[in-house]
Amino acid sequence: MLAHGSGCTICVMKRQLLSGNEAIARGAWEAGVHVGTGYPGTPSTEILEALKDYPEVYTEWSVNEKVALEVGIGASLAGGRTLVTMKHVGVNVAADPLFTISYIGVKGGLVIVSADDPAMHSSQNEQDNRNYAHAARMPMLEPADSQEARDFTRIAFELSEKYDVPFLLRSTTRISHARSIVSVAERAAPGRPAGFYRNIRKFVMIPAYARLRHVAVEERMEAIARDADELSLNRIEEGSGGIGFVTSGVVYQYVREAFPDAPILKLGMVYPLPENLIRTFAKSVETVVVAEELDSFFESRIRAMGIPVRGKEFYPRLGELSPGRVRAPLVRAGLIPATDGGEAPTAPAITVPPRPPALCPGCPHRTVFGLLHELGMKVTGDIGCYTLGALPPFSAMDTCVDMGASIGVAQGIEVAEGDAYKRDTVAVIGDSTFAHSGITGLINAAYNGRESFVIVLDNGTTAMTGMQPNPFSGTRISGEGAFALDYGKLAEAVGIDRERFRTVDAYSKEEVERAVRELATLDKLKLLVVKGPCVILRRKQKKEAS
Amino acid sequence: MTVSNILMVGVGGQGIILASNIFTAATMYAGFDTKKSEIHGMSQRGGSVFSHIRYGQEVFSPVIPEGGAHFVFSLELMEPLRWLDFVNRETVLVSSDKRINPANVDTYPDGVAAELKRIFSTIQIVDVKKLQSKIASATFLNVALLGVLSGFLDLPLPAWETAIGETVPRGTFDKNWSAFTHGRTLSDGATEKRSDTGVIGDKGRAPDRG
Ligand SMILES: Cc1ncc(C[n+]2csc(CCOP(=O)(O)OP(=O)(O)O)c2C)c(N)n1
Repeated sequence: MLAHGSGCTICVMKRQLLSGNEAIARGAWEAGVHVGTGYPGTPSTEILEALKDYPEVYTEWSVNEKVALEVGIGASLAGGRTLVTMKHVGVNVAADPLFTISYIGVKGGLVIVSADDPAMHSSQNEQDNRNYAHAARMPMLEPADSQEARDFTRIAFELSEKYDVPFLLRSTTRISHARSIVSVAERAAPGRPAGFYRNIRKFVMIPAYARLRHVAVEERMEAIARDADELSLNRIEEGSGGIGFVTSGVVYQYVREAFPDAPILKLGMVYPLPENLIRTFAKSVETVVVAEELDSFFESRIRAMGIPVRGKEFYPRLGELSPGRVRAPLVRAGLIPATDGGEAPTAPAITVPPRPPALCPGCPHRTVFGLLHELGMKVTGDIGCYTLGALPPFSAMDTCVDMGASIGVAQGIEVAEGDAYKRDTVAVIGDSTFAHSGITGLINAAYNGRESFVIVLDNGTTAMTGMQPNPFSGTRISGEGAFALDYGKLAEAVGIDRERFRTVDAYSKEEVERAVRELATLDKLKLLVVKGPCVILRRKQKKEAS
Repeated sequence: MTVSNILMVGVGGQGIILASNIFTAATMYAGFDTKKSEIHGMSQRGGSVFSHIRYGQEVFSPVIPEGGAHFVFSLELMEPLRWLDFVNRETVLVSSDKRINPANVDTYPDGVAAELKRIFSTIQIVDVKKLQSKIASATFLNVALLGVLSGFLDLPLPAWETAIGETVPRGTFDKNWSAFTHGRTLSDGATEKRSDTGVIGDKGRAPDRG
């Protein structure tokens, strides 16, 4: 037999090293996906960035996740296989269409990726989006490595069409941003989408029709739950020892690593659960331990089936697990014997100063935050690179909640302070975030007569997530030129007069300072656009040009 | 069922991700199962960056078990001290001597090199100023340092060559390859001293995965 070395064509051709995100894109492409939409967000962003390189697929960065899903719904109802991608908090934004498309169902397979971020490596919370599967009555698959990310995506399209329901595909940071070897195949010849045909009772969710569809939803979920017992994605791996683990996703890998010989029920479909399979597994072992990150999602449901299980008494609801964190609590509880375990880690004898992320040297956001720090204004903030303005040396941000919140929160402060309001509050928001969900807040301020002072930090890109174009950038995901939203006309449309709308150069401290000082004293709604290209973007463009 | 664990660390912008992509590809071309895990996002903005690489017959966890790193590879001198949870008494350190102050810190901590020598029994700290004068530009330092690390490992040279060829930006292969091979000559590792014809001694042969 041959050692598969560098010259081996089998290795080179059929097996590729792919990140989980690239593998999802690959799986979708192989499944014949026609349309991919999404809004960037770590750790989901690279899925669409990989998908855009397949010429057969239409891809777009949508304005936000809600619109991305709505475009995806239209594409599916017109018969196209469709992939919609977002990070976990993006599903909150898309939740409204999500809950109702569950009633309507699909034409072309519709797969919605939720990339969760346990431990909040780059997020504002660590919500567990398995809960959405239950809440929206939608099945969810969860791969455990890049191979499964590719396989499960393909399967999700088939099952979506088979059961007439969108499928959720849950990834986590350790799946999306891990690389491993994937066996790939070619694209199925999907043909063109059949086009949209009227079906009013199924597609128009007025109460009378929605009541009928809800019946179909519950019947469908029961059928999927029954079939889950036979689904090959859920499997029992036999082993020895009294403890059997129920687990999914990357935690499966940690359990396998920590307990090479243990029996495992590995769930590929994390909702609905395969009840009979779980019962069979539970009978075959002395103790069932559920190993899951974040919420007690499996454990609570399995206990509700009347099956005794243990889990959260060992494992935290916060953060990520690891091979060590899966093993240690069971040793401590005396369930498994301690092995020699090696030495305790050495602590450094000197103090290592922390190295938090910071605004880049030369970043255009620096000017504004330097100034806001000097002026001591109350700053309602938003989400993007500029959130780093909350850290020293600037410490010039007072709130950060969700994308777009800066503008609404500033209005709430003004309203509650009433007569005592001193025009000392400013809302600061990035260009991508402003397009995503800041504009609605601005309209609200105009409509309700607020005096809000809104500063848009326009660095020409969505920098935080790795330089995606947005509706203000003048380009699309493909790089081709696009309409760019006009701040001046937008200001005019919400009744902001000439005096109260300015655009200044982010790199000119004097210009920025004059504009901020002057606008802050004025009554009524004000919009200041601070424009200066992101330094990383500039470097990237220079590199591409040379 | 032995798995080799390499922890790569550095500061955002130094090229850890590229170096770890090359490494992972090289392990695949050498015939191993391989996994790598890292965090991007916030860490790009001048923060600490890390990448876990694991390869062997069959790899499960994409993250290195606590205390399980065989090698720590660092592009910055103090960074290895942040990751001692993964280190054991045998862990080998290959590090650049580049010192980068964190934002808002004006003086580099004293005694970092001595502390590293106390903790790691096998250690090679590379003088990057000297190294840089021998390669095309500072851009290729990450790959040159990877060359130093490669000398400690049993991966065949053609696997590295293929991996570098497919990973680095178009038109930069020659500069990267010469940086890599120069780094390899500086390595204290044993592989380099054994042979460098591409087919390394028995230990370095790709396992049969037919
Ligand atoms: C609902 C939601 N979607 C996506 C994200 C991920 N995300 C964080 S910041 C950001 C955009 C930042 O772009 P911009 O506002 O232009 O600011 P910049 O980073 O360029 O300064 C995105 C997409 C998120 N936090 N929440």
